[in-house]
Amino acid sequence: MSLVELEINGKKISQDVEERQLLVHFIRDDLNLTGTHVGCDTSQCGACVIHVDGKAVKSCSMLAVQANDTKITTIEGLADGESLHPVQEAFRENHGLQCGFCTPGMIMAAVDIINRNSNLDEKIVREELEGNLCRCTGYQNIVKSILAASEKM
Amino acid sequence: MYQFNYKKVETIEEAVNELSANPESKILAGGMTLIPTMKQRLASPEQLIDIRNIKELNFIKEESNNIVIGSTTNHYTVASSDLIKNKLSSLSRLAEGIGDPHVRNMGTIGGAISNNDPTADYPAACLGLGATIKTNKREISADDFFVSLFETALEEDEIVVSISFPIISDSIYMKFPNPASRYAMAGVFMSKNTSEVRVAVTGASENGVFRWTEMESSLLNDWSKSSLEEVKLSPEGIMSDIHGNSEYRANLVNIMAIRAFEGINE
Ligand SMILES: Cc1cc2nc3c(=O)[nH]c(=O)nc-3n(C[C@H](O)[C@H](O)[C@H](O)COP(=O)(O)OP(=O)(O)OC[C@H]3O[C@@H](n4cnc5c(N)ncnc54)[C@H](O)[C@@H]3O)c2cc1C
Ligand code: FES
Ligand code: FES
Repeated sequence: MSLVELEINGKKISQDVEERQLLVHFIRDDLNLTGTHVGCDTSQCGACVIHVDGKAVKSCSMLAVQANDTKITTIEGLADGESLHPVQEAFRENHGLQCGFCTPGMIMAAVDIINRNSNLDEKIVREELEGNLCRCTGYQNIVKSILAASEKM
Repeated sequence: MYQFNYKKVETIEEAVNELSANPESKILAGGMTLIPTMKQRLASPEQLIDIRNIKELNFIKEESNNIVIGSTTNHYTVASSDLIKNKLSSLSRLAEGIGDPHVRNMGTIGGAISNNDPTADYPAACLGLGATIKTNKREISADDFFVSLFETALEEDEIVVSISFPIISDSIYMKFPNPASRYAMAGVFMSKNTSEVRVAVTGASENGVFRWTEMESSLLNDWSKSSLEEVKLSPEGIMSDIHGNSEYRANLVNIMAIRAFEGINE
């Protein structure tokens, strides 16, 4: 076991973990933050995307021990109390989800895309979504949501 | 995943000592190849030596007409570096096309070349620009570094410290990505200076990345569309799988070479 100390959604955590535990399982099973999903075992779907020190990463392809001494944000950490984050609000307004399985990863990826790009257009959004798969929407409304959110952020 | 020990190191020396003390250990850089492989139990090292905290491995600088990149520099950092965009944009464009944004935030250049996946992008840039790979022991030319599929000249206790790319402005990388994985189905890195033309091919050969010497001499002899089109890659020894058979892939390489040539001439 190794001690992991980190801050997640503003809360400090200090806990022993098994070295082989994936970060996504630590977040879901130990911390009970089940908004972060697991949609594949090939590091391709992006349902598990979270922010580690402000960078979007796939938490299924990272060990919990690697996250020692970092600041993490998951989908649970985006809203400000009752008021949704602009990207969450835009997904709601624009019907950016159907079953919702991919949505937490999509939204975390979207926040990162908007933070990194000052002049977003449809082409950039579609390219940037390369690491996030959605089996329902056909992406149309996801792209629309992200573009709408980028206007407000 | 099987159980293992985990050790975070702060210096190159510490990493090398750990590697020598335990031959069953492995370096962990971005983990974008190693962790998925361990999840599938295709690798089971006894110990992981995490080198991402070694500060002296994380840098980009210009040095005597070369761009030198520290081995733990991630793909996003290379893709967004202004220095590389200005001096060697073929390399920025290559880094920008690796996997997806989340993979680029973690995956490192050192990991990518040490792994020598036959469909990876960076090995093509190393061969196509004639890079030099610096380890804790020596300097290895790219021509000697990439041995075969997933095999490099690295010894058991050797780690990549940096990669030095000659600045050749007439250079370009053209990739036909697999639509699902984004790895190269065929990738051609081409460069041209006064004395040399290099054409490196990834994604295609059963033996991994290679220099297409026939194309190189044809283009060095006469840099023209007709000498480019005279040379065709033989399907022999080219990978064949559900994504494409060897004839199809060899043809993709021919097409990537044409695009690269046209890109340089633009
Ligand atoms: C979904 C997905 C898509 C991808 N798409 C592409 C793509 O399009 N093109 C592409 O080229 N790659 C792609 N990759 C791979 C990615 O580029 C990886 O970053 C890279 O192959 C390995 O780098 P890493 O830092 O993650 O290495 P790790 O996974 O940490 O290590 C890989 C291997 O290299 C060894 N190693 C690492 N660093 C060193 C060092 N400094 N010295 C000696 N040995 C070392 C490790 O021991 C291990 O054996 C993709 C990966 C994923 C998950
Ligand atoms: S669960 Fe699919 S990429 Fe992480
Ligand atoms: S909304 Fe169902 S997978 Fe995207």
